[in-house]
Amino acid sequence: MAKGKTIVKAIKGRAIPLPGDEIDTDRIIPARFLKAITFEGIGRYAFFDERFDEGGGEKPHPLNDARYRGGSILFVNKNFGCGSSREHAPQALLDWGVRALAGESFAEIFAGNCTALGMPAVRLSREAIATLMEAAGARPETEFAIDLETMTIRFPNGELPFELPESSRQAFLLGTWDSTEGLLSHVEEIRARARALPYLNGFR
Amino acid sequence: MGKTLLTKVWDMHKVATLPTGEDQLFIGLHLVHEVTSPQAFQMARARGLPVLFPERSFATVDHIVPTLVQERPFGDPQAEAMIAELEKNVRANGIRYFGPASGRQGIVHVIGPELGLTQPGMTIACGDSHTSTHGALGALALGIGTSQIRDLLATQTLALRKPKLRLIKVEGDLPRGVFAKDVILRVIADLGARGGIGYAYEYGGGTVAGLSMEERLTICNMSIEGGARLGYCNPDTTTFDYIAGRELAPAGGEFERAVRFWEGVASDPDATYDDVYPLDAATLEPMVTWGINPGQGVGVSGRIPRRSDLPPERRDAAAQALIHMKFAEGEPVKGRKIDVAFLGSCTNGRLSDLKAAAAVLKGKKIAPHVRALAVPGSQAVRRQAEELGLDAVFRDAGFEWRHAGCSMCLAMNPDRLVGDQICASSSNRNFIGRQGSAKGRTILMSPAMVAAAALAGEVIDVRDVM
Repeated sequence: MAKGKTIVKAIKGRAIPLPGDEIDTDRIIPARFLKAITFEGIGRYAFFDERFDEGGGEKPHPLNDARYRGGSILFVNKNFGCGSSREHAPQALLDWGVRALAGESFAEIFAGNCTALGMPAVRLSREAIATLMEAAGARPETEFAIDLETMTIRFPNGELPFELPESSRQAFLLGTWDSTEGLLSHVEEIRARARALPYLNGFR
Repeated sequence: MGKTLLTKVWDMHKVATLPTGEDQLFIGLHLVHEVTSPQAFQMARARGLPVLFPERSFATVDHIVPTLVQERPFGDPQAEAMIAELEKNVRANGIRYFGPASGRQGIVHVIGPELGLTQPGMTIACGDSHTSTHGALGALALGIGTSQIRDLLATQTLALRKPKLRLIKVEGDLPRGVFAKDVILRVIADLGARGGIGYAYEYGGGTVAGLSMEERLTICNMSIEGGARLGYCNPDTTTFDYIAGRELAPAGGEFERAVRFWEGVASDPDATYDDVYPLDAATLEPMVTWGINPGQGVGVSGRIPRRSDLPPERRDAAAQALIHMKFAEGEPVKGRKIDVAFLGSCTNGRLSDLKAAAAVLKGKKIAPHVRALAVPGSQAVRRQAEELGLDAVFRDAGFEWRHAGCSMCLAMNPDRLVGDQICASSSNRNFIGRQGSAKGRTILMSPAMVAAAALAGEVIDVRDVM
């Protein structure tokens, strides 16, 4: 049951500002919620310890804020998703309803995991992110459009350019962000490469 | 013009250029553990994709194993379900597995080098960010997510962009009481937790050339904490001597041929780098962290920086850190009371780490209010430590002597902090909630510093008790 090619050209929706530099994957999903053999229903654990106190009571957090309910774009700051390689982090955000992130910078493994899930993580300057967070905060009903063809985020008050590694952009536009099929199309070259490597081949 | 190890090993493994512009890179060695692999096996199975090269994957169990008793079934039914799923997957796919009954189980980044699996010139991937550890032997080793594990199982390749390369050039002798852990904590503090994004780190210079393999493993392990997805040291005689005689390493004539290959993958003397960061080892002192990312560190005689003294791009994280840690800017970390001492992890759970801590502890008792855990990185490390009598040193000092696993580094097993306890930890991450309590606080340091803190019941300078 291979996934067909799904082209991602644009993500449109309301946004959730989630400020803070260096928000790591342990904060996005604490390790105790990794004790499962599927990703099913993992969205309920997104930012769990920041959203709930020990007694299960809600704490103030953008994901608990009724004004942002239904938002599908996260606005974040620097090095979002640093730390662990756990794909559970972007899987939790995806399952929660997130479809794209816009931030100042992303940790590399996290950004790669987002791409592999068809969820763009695009980069803007600190000033641009501040503008976006302010726009979403002032009017949570504001619709934003992340356009991968024009490489801009459009919203009623303006349009801001973003950056995205060209290979990730192509993966979305070509619909090859789920990379398995494309890699497997070179199976003969893969076997040839394996045979040519000295190690596990007796170093001959 | 000379080539770097990064370029040589990358080019040797390149299968194709993909339509996205990425390189399709063959991965020579895939390491598997129980937490990030089950969904990948499921995804491959659901698509009817077999494991293409099962002989290039090796599995163990580390994150969820209890370290008090390892008998099955595990006390935690979720942990038991995860190990059972892993065992089902390795059996079904013909993957070699080092489980608790094998005598070779341990943290995946400890057993890879220990068994002789990790070798120079390889590409290595594992669903764990600390896979960079294996770079210490001169391999390109990187952490991947679960979808990429699926790619790896089905194709033994990954779609990757070649990173830029920064040479971290360390020269000079390490002062007394300063360890590999202090070198890497200094590098991360200087360059920042995101300073390495887009880069691989090559650790070089005379100091690194003089380090043991276990010290190099500690340094490469924390590359990811500086934002660099992979880090490596050039292979040399230290590397070859370390590999010789290990269970799964080449032997006899094959070993001789291997050494010739391994020598050739090291960076050439005239190779060029995208960036060079020089570090004078003589200026180092034992490091401690004061915040909630590993870049928030300072020498033990120093003070927590004032936000106004920090570059603007570090102030937000510093503000968050001071709230969580309940520390004040301008105060020292030295003298801070600790509740727990944790010795172990893929960063510092090897024999030399246990030896360094035991040397500080020998004949002494830890402070009565401190709970202290010594957790060997593998079953083999535990055996070797016991042969040297280190277990008795730890027990006599008041440490709990545990079985091998990740333990309180990330608290996916029963070992965890309670409330807002402060832990002096030889692990790699001081993230909020990392050690199992949402309010728990972690101070990262070297194993010798952890031992010293356990004795004093507070953060002290290990040089004062050596």
